[in-house]
Amino acid sequence: MSMPFYASAEQIMRDRSEYARKGIARGRSVVVLTYADGVLFVAENASSALHKVSEIYDRIGFAAVGKYNEFENLRVAGIRLADLRGYSYDRRDVTARALANAYAQTLGTIFTEQQKPYEVELCVAEVGPSADEDQLYRLSYDGTIVDEPQFLVMGGQAEQLTSELKGSYLAGAALRDAVGVAVNALGKIGGTDGQPRSMPASQLEVAVLDRTRGKRKFRRISNGELTGLLPEGHGEPLATPAPADTPRHDENGGTPAE
Amino acid sequence: MSRHSELGLLRYATSPGSSSFTEFLNAAAPELMPNLTRTHVDAPHGTTIVAATFGEGVVMAGDRRATAGNLIAQRDIEKVFPADDHTLVGIAGTAGIAVELVRLYQVELEHYEKIEGTQLTLDGKANRLATMIRGNLAAAMQGLAVVPLFAGYDTAITDPATAGKIYSFDVTGGRYPEQYYHSVGSGSLFARGALKKLWRPGLDRTGVIRVVVESLFDAADDDSATGGPDLTRGIYPVVIITTATGSERVADDELAGVVQSIIADRTGRPGA
Repeated sequence: MSMPFYASAEQIMRDRSEYARKGIARGRSVVVLTYADGVLFVAENASSALHKVSEIYDRIGFAAVGKYNEFENLRVAGIRLADLRGYSYDRRDVTARALANAYAQTLGTIFTEQQKPYEVELCVAEVGPSADEDQLYRLSYDGTIVDEPQFLVMGGQAEQLTSELKGSYLAGAALRDAVGVAVNALGKIGGTDGQPRSMPASQLEVAVLDRTRGKRKFRRISNGELTGLLPEGHGEPLATPAPADTPRHDENGGTPAE
Repeated sequence: MSRHSELGLLRYATSPGSSSFTEFLNAAAPELMPNLTRTHVDAPHGTTIVAATFGEGVVMAGDRRATAGNLIAQRDIEKVFPADDHTLVGIAGTAGIAVELVRLYQVELEHYEKIEGTQLTLDGKANRLATMIRGNLAAAMQGLAVVPLFAGYDTAITDPATAGKIYSFDVTGGRYPEQYYHSVGSGSLFARGALKKLWRPGLDRTGVIRVVVESLFDAADDDSATGGPDLTRGIYPVVIITTATGSERVADDELAGVVQSIIADRTGRPGA
């Protein structure tokens, strides 16, 4: 009779964490930051159809990195939850805090109960009537929830990007300056021989939650409008098309953060 | 609601489902569906809705009266709503169910847009509404019918003069595209008669507002369940215009001027 294989709970959790973290670091980064009129999402995303940034409700936006099918599932669930809540109570009763909590519960359950954790990191953002009331929540693969005051970076070389942004972020910046800060930071990481990369509009997915808008605050910024907002040295089209996002686990194309 | 909150988001996350909010609501919280059979039949009724196309798109207008039997239940009810940026819904029928149906329909369109990242086509939107009315059939048989009028600006059409579309429905969920103009509700017979004489192709904004307000005026003249413009209280019909740039409700000040000129014209010929 063979002995059943034993692994300690600590070991299992460590393995799962490592697996999830590696998957998340393989993808490209998303930067979410507050600016004068609300919240700005800047994602490196070569696809114009498979979004990483999305509208959830009137004042709530969503950004994610990692495996597309997994975060898309969560995005749809979030929209359903928000619409159900708004329909049964009132539109103003739908809050980012409640949604972030629901995501945290879900991710936590999946992390402990399922064979494979979700390889995703999410951001739920809400724009308030004034800048002090803007909220950014970061949700990790294990259900950890963090309330970030000014900006957050997910996916790719997140640590390097965070330290890059710490130096350049300014609270209450205008939209053009905020886009500049985010795109410059994204461009500085991941270039060959430490050279900054040029980021064309086609490689970026940009959206805002703009408190000056009407009922639905979410708005995508793309094409010509985005090119006009990009800082100097960015915005020119790439000579060669970018590779597909988030390589598979058995590929070595990515550059893990660890 | 609490039952579902306890199960958590996972319940919704793990089932792929469709992009329809109505189907989701039916599965997740059937008690919130507006088509539950109700027994009281003395509920307030909505009355006359008119819609007409014009050179820049389409306009819809509704009177402000709700009746319960021989009583006026409300003088300032609103029966015309924007469903999204480019579509309008007007309701005739049992007010309680109708308002709920419109609210559900508004969420339905927005829900689809958020999940799919694109809007439904105008025909798709009209078909969704037809399906929702069909779901209300059981209640319709008991006299609580909801018959909406649907109008929209078809953004797929480049010529604004032909982009305005109107659809009517019946309680079984039949969907009928209408040409030029249409009217529903108890005063619709009179409103349609007026539209027949007043409507012209290629009307401008001012012209079409006058036409729809005057047709409601005629409906209120002959139908006791349709309210006319109330100059004493400053209550005017709800008039919403949809063009390529979106929907806009016509301000009461502008409507006051239109109503004054209609009354002035008619005072000159009391037989009208």
